[in-house]
Amino acid sequence: MTDPATPAQADPRDEIIEYLPAMRAFAMSLTRNSSAADDLVQDTIVKAWKNFEKFQQGTNLRAWLFTILRNTFYSGRRKAKREVADVDGAMAATLSEKPAHDGRLAMADFEKAFVQLSDEQREALILVGASGFSYEEAAETCKVAVGTIKSRINRARQRLAEIMELSEDEALEMTDSATTAVVSASMQARKTVA
Amino acid sequence: MQQKEPQSSLERQIDENLRKVYQRTVEEDVPDKFMDLLKQLKDQDSGND
Repeated sequence: MTDPATPAQADPRDEIIEYLPAMRAFAMSLTRNSSAADDLVQDTIVKAWKNFEKFQQGTNLRAWLFTILRNTFYSGRRKAKREVADVDGAMAATLSEKPAHDGRLAMADFEKAFVQLSDEQREALILVGASGFSYEEAAETCKVAVGTIKSRINRARQRLAEIMELSEDEALEMTDSATTAVVSASMQARKTVA
Repeated sequence: MQQKEPQSSLERQIDENLRKVYQRTVEEDVPDKFMDLLKQLKDQDSGND
């Protein structure tokens, strides 16, 4: 039977498409590996599609999708028994970025610090700090109390600040010695000219 | 609940970097395989009807 491409009658499931980029970014922050992230998103799409009748129309589709995504991630991880995250993969790709030793923190430093957080801290930070979730939405997504989200975020920020402060000091030291070298070199030059 | 202002420059950098990490992926084009998958799921459904 020929299936004349029926003009899309509004299927609420089509809205999933809108959230694909955000889902990928969230999956990426959980898995830290782009192929694992894509697998995770793929599994999430299938689950969301098959269980769409459980989604209450008019409620938060983004939070619902993110919940499925993180449940899938954590149950997969329990199965895989603490599989080592591929830090050499996606995150490390940015390590090749030129170091910004000008007092500003290099992205690589940040990412090195970021992977040292616990999964729970990382996801809370990504949800609220980057994807623009409210504390309430993040709490709903992670199925914890709003206060728990807040304290995870606070602790995550503190931890990041600690780690990054250390690397910032190193960066500053480097800048100082580099500056000293340049300055003394130009002093030498000036002396010769004089 | 209002978003609090970042207090320190370090905190501002944390937020900035956080968004950068995230945006990088958000701005990537969604791979075709996802659209293909959605289409497949849809076709399956209409096939079952």
